[in-house]
Amino acid sequence: MIQVAVKEFRSFLNSLIAYIVIGVFLTSLGLLMWVFPETSVMEYGFADMDTLFSLGPYVLIFLIPAITMRSFAEEEKSGTMELLLTKPLTDWDIILGKFLASFLLVLFALLPTLIYYFSIHALGNPAGNVDTPGVIGSYIGLALLSGVFCSVGMVASSITSNQIVAFIVAAFLCFLLFTGFESIATLNIWSANALLIKQLGILYHYDALSKGLIDSRDVVYFLCVGAFMLMATKTVLSARSW
Amino acid sequence: MSILVKNLTKIYGSQKAVNDISFEVGKGEIVGFLGPNGAGKSTTMKIATSYVPPTEGQVMVGGYDVVSHSIDVKRITGYLPEHNPLYLDMYVHEYLRFIGRLYGLRGRALKNRVEDMVMLCGLTLEQNKKIETLSKGYRQRVGLAQALIHDPDVLILDEPTSGLDPNQLIEIRKLIKDISTNKTVVFSTHIMQEVSALCDRVIVINQGEIVADDQLSNLMKGQQHETVVIVEFEGNVSLQHLRALTGVKSVEVVGNSQFKIMAHAGVDLRPEIFRFAADNKLSLIGLKQEENSLENIFRELTSMQGA
Repeated sequence: MIQVAVKEFRSFLNSLIAYIVIGVFLTSLGLLMWVFPETSVMEYGFADMDTLFSLGPYVLIFLIPAITMRSFAEEEKSGTMELLLTKPLTDWDIILGKFLASFLLVLFALLPTLIYYFSIHALGNPAGNVDTPGVIGSYIGLALLSGVFCSVGMVASSITSNQIVAFIVAAFLCFLLFTGFESIATLNIWSANALLIKQLGILYHYDALSKGLIDSRDVVYFLCVGAFMLMATKTVLSARSW
Repeated sequence: MSILVKNLTKIYGSQKAVNDISFEVGKGEIVGFLGPNGAGKSTTMKIATSYVPPTEGQVMVGGYDVVSHSIDVKRITGYLPEHNPLYLDMYVHEYLRFIGRLYGLRGRALKNRVEDMVMLCGLTLEQNKKIETLSKGYRQRVGLAQALIHDPDVLILDEPTSGLDPNQLIEIRKLIKDISTNKTVVFSTHIMQEVSALCDRVIVINQGEIVADDQLSNLMKGQQHETVVIVEFEGNVSLQHLRALTGVKSVEVVGNSQFKIMAHAGVDLRPEIFRFAADNKLSLIGLKQEENSLENIFRELTSMQGA
């Protein structure tokens, strides 16, 4: 598992993928957070990091599928899947290895945004007037959300040998999971069950974590969705034997 | 017994790729797996490396069942898949180290092993290049190197020499021959010469069924129905005279004073023809016994339409 993860992570670093992902992520968030007046903290007047945590997921909806789209699709297309599957590795070694590499890359992209915390910490009036537990909770939420998006990307990549299809499917599924349920819940038809439907989506749990209250139910929700997606990937991979 | 295949059947959808085949390959044996395209060679190899499961029947490699002990099978087997898939964006060294690590090699052992493989497979000059920049022959060597890196007991090579130029062909064959001294090797091909260059035993498979499993020399003998001699004389010779020679079964006119003379298997007609020419004061300008060619055997074995 570790060997696969290391190899995948290296191939991110050796190709342009890693630098583009990190570059685009930080540039777009940096612009949104500090430059564009509509979302800028400077104009907003409150020393908090809401911009990062509310817009970050939307950037990730596009970036994570771009990272994960190649993981299985490319191996399938170039025939290296046969190579990997005839080595003494279990399916889980391969899936978790690839998942970890993608997840790690996203975490690396998130890491530099910690600087924003210190900037805002200094900008507060009086200095240091920041909702620190809220920020910590939001970071945990963002990390868990990235993990779920990565696992969605794994499934999408495993069902096809076409990277573009993998990208679109993954982006759509991420979007659906993130805000889709929230929007569906607003429809009048099932208004009685609106809360339940809302709870199926990521946004509900993500918002809860952003408040700085780490509720085990929210964490369990993220872990379950991630595990479910990885299990689906495993099912798709084993389907070759049917 | 290194490889044991018992009543193996593989069905893809409604198509029977392999139909109830059984064979054994002993320890240290080299076996050529021969057949036309789509005969079921690759399918059998994919099952033996536990990449795809059999529909029916049992395959054991090194005493492990490919279904229930697939990880053990994979650990002791080196496999070069058809079309030799490689990570093109990796460097040769990096790639071999990665594969070595997958087999549990670490540190010093890994380093030594990679160096040995680079040397053995003649990659010394190319070892620091990216795989995508290598020519087909060198890629094939990288493929072989990765199959050999963990010193496997069983080596399964699916068309190891396809698409190589004649020089590379000879080099790769020599390489396979060199490494096969203490390993069980099964390789597939659709070229007969390959088998005769590499090994003695050959399994011929056609339309998913084994049509021959024997020593190559036996196969050549068994398939020989007659000996054929091509003679060419200067001047005219009557057909009757040739037919009257002892041992001749039939005579065919091929060209101007050129005849194809058939005799029963094992009979050498050449001395008789030479004496005939001398006695009749004829100038013999061509006398050639036709070998029962490998291609003929192959064609004969694989043209039988399975029921």
